Amino acid sequence: MEAKKEQKNVKTGAELLVDGLAAGGVKVVFGVPGGAAIPLYDALYLHGAGMRFVLTRHEQGAAHMADGYARATGRLAAVLVTGGPGATNTVTGIMTAYMDSVPMVVVTGQSDRAMLGKDAFQETDVFNLMMPIVKHSYLVKSAAEIPRVVAEACHIATTGRPGPVLLDVPRDVAEELAAGPGVGEAVAMSLPGYHPVARAYGRETLEQVAAALKAARRPAILAGHGVVLAGASAALRALAEKLEAPVTTTLLGKGVFPDGHRLCLGMPGVYGGAGANLALSECDVLLAVGARLDERVTAIPERFGRDATVIHVDVDAAEFGKMVQADVCVEGDARAVLEDLLPLVEKCDSGEWQKRLAACRRRFEATTGGGASERQPGGIRPLAVLRELRAQTSPETVLATDVGLHQMWAAQAWSCAAPGQFLTSGGGGTMGFGLPAAIGAQLGRPGTPVVAVVGDGGFQMTLCELATMVVQKLPIKVFVMNNHYLGMVRQLQDIFREGHFSGVELEGNPDFAALAKAYGATGLSLRRHADIRKVVRKALATEGPVVVNVEVARREEVFPIVPPGHPLNEMVFERPRRGRGRPAGGSAAAAAAGADEAAKAVTDITKEVH
Amino acid sequence: MSSQMREKPCRTVRNLSIYVANRPGALARIAQTFSRRGFNIDSLVVSAGATPGFSRMTITAEGDEAGWDQIIAQCSKLVDVVACRCHEDEDAVVRELALVKIRCDLAARTEVLQIADHFRAKTMDLTETSMILQATGSPSKLDAMVGLLRKFEIVELVRTGKVLMARGEEAT
Repeated sequence: MEAKKEQKNVKTGAELLVDGLAAGGVKVVFGVPGGAAIPLYDALYLHGAGMRFVLTRHEQGAAHMADGYARATGRLAAVLVTGGPGATNTVTGIMTAYMDSVPMVVVTGQSDRAMLGKDAFQETDVFNLMMPIVKHSYLVKSAAEIPRVVAEACHIATTGRPGPVLLDVPRDVAEELAAGPGVGEAVAMSLPGYHPVARAYGRETLEQVAAALKAARRPAILAGHGVVLAGASAALRALAEKLEAPVTTTLLGKGVFPDGHRLCLGMPGVYGGAGANLALSECDVLLAVGARLDERVTAIPERFGRDATVIHVDVDAAEFGKMVQADVCVEGDARAVLEDLLPLVEKCDSGEWQKRLAACRRRFEATTGGGASERQPGGIRPLAVLRELRAQTSPETVLATDVGLHQMWAAQAWSCAAPGQFLTSGGGGTMGFGLPAAIGAQLGRPGTPVVAVVGDGGFQMTLCELATMVVQKLPIKVFVMNNHYLGMVRQLQDIFREGHFSGVELEGNPDFAALAKAYGATGLSLRRHADIRKVVRKALATEGPVVVNVEVARREEVFPIVPPGHPLNEMVFERPRRGRGRPAGGSAAAAAAGADEAAKAVTDITKEVH
Repeated sequence: MSSQMREKPCRTVRNLSIYVANRPGALARIAQTFSRRGFNIDSLVVSAGATPGFSRMTITAEGDEAGWDQIIAQCSKLVDVVACRCHEDEDAVVRELALVKIRCDLAARTEVLQIADHFRAKTMDLTETSMILQATGSPSKLDAMVGLLRKFEIVELVRTGKVLMARGEEAT
């Protein structure tokens, strides 16, 4: 073996893998080791110089951390776990990254080649298991192919529409010897079917778009995550300002157009604002860029944009016609398209339109927020906490959220002026994302303040990562919006199921402040409205990791919402009053009665603005 | 769109020809793309392509008309897929091969052979009690032959599934 190793560049598969990740730009590796991954961990120990390894407490956390790191920095991180349960525990994290187009390389240790398919200890068909939730995947059959495969994985993960790539590496492949590339030698990739291009469109298409925009009197731009991923923030702003077109940003597009900008309408959709929803309902030309027009944004995809000329810009041609059939499809990188469009467009005559949108926003401004009809005296309003937090944090602060009511409150109350500052699980809707995503973000941007806002439900799904946060000495401030409920589900049951609160009460929550102290962090409690400013200030001023347990008003809900089955302009601004007497009958009767009540409470915003 | 038109999504049968790098998992990825959208694969043929390292897949499937563009886009997007094209039967040479094992004694043999002769099928195996016929042609021709043979006892039927090639200069 030694003799063979003396040959030029002969290394173990594991060493080649670590070299390949480093060459691919990976600087941080998150994971938990295990039997099948020991050779890989050995290579990381011996050859992973310049790479930071972060031991997490659960593999789901590792995937979310790599995800948060990538969202906050735009850089690729890796996940390294063992086979069997180690790999299956990453499924939620990989799905979350896949749904939101986040680059990631996941390396899973696997049983020896001879054991594959034989139900050996922890032997699981990870390659096939992951197939629907990865951009691409490899079961590595020999050490000799590792340099190529790792280079391809890093390339695929970060180019075109980004996404997670899986490498399943049998233990004996990791230990096998093979020749690697020489120092500085480029590794040849073999991807005959993969050619991401920034400009798959022609001049003619652009001119078609420019002509449509020129004729627009009620233009609107919908900017999604694709604009963030393309680094097209400046190009978007230049185009919107030249056109005088209002911009609405999706949950994942938040910050790509500054929230305080005069043309910014905020978030549209089922949990969106009235201004944004009116714009999407009444526009005559819609420029949708890097957004997949899912049903959370469009409410009823087949009715969306019916009266408008819809222009759909996306780097992924498979998005065209998936949810909404656009009039013009432009396949290309958002930045390339927006920059190419800029010289071709002129200012739109949109004065009246902008006045109407401004009137709409004024009309409904006060209605954003909680369930007005059941406000508890003295209860803490979560929006007040979030607004105070925003006021006391510096503009570059990164906020990571979990999933649920607090996520939507944060989307409403947290204004940001740049992309990469609002990290949230959009497509996956993954509870447990917030804390580990904040950890990944803080590791990627050590000099930037990072705040996590989580609910008591999601927090408990990954709170073991408090240990990771403390061990890594990360000064993250975690605010737990604790209503002792799975609040978003509770709200849906309240409004649409006649108050059948099924399985939503979180009895037995621990004292989160005490728990934080047990982990070695600072734990604080916020129980009174009057203390909001003081406690937020104290949390932000305290060095090191802090967890604040915020006992929020338990029945606070998020409004406005667009009820299921209604178009974007039909919004509910406060909790509908429930009729007396419960209907007899089962679930269907409750659903029908709930839908009926919601329908009665609906306001058609197009008729409310004059 | 009227409500009547919306009621039933139109199910259509189409042929896709997919040129794909011959890598582990390529077939599974393509099959998943169909199954995720509720498309039912009627026939699937995989064989070596003209260039070493590449495979040609010919897939005939049934699904809702509106979903077909998505299936093509999703297949095209797969990292291993080089090209994915939809072909109408009329614009392509379409062929299939069938082997039919029929239980037939001497009394029935003449009529079976008459049918075979009509469809230009060959007798590949003959015993006192059975016969294997091999037929090639368009899937509808094979359907017709198998239909006539149902009069006798078909013990086994193996069909290759449809393969096709675009006519003229058009790429398959």
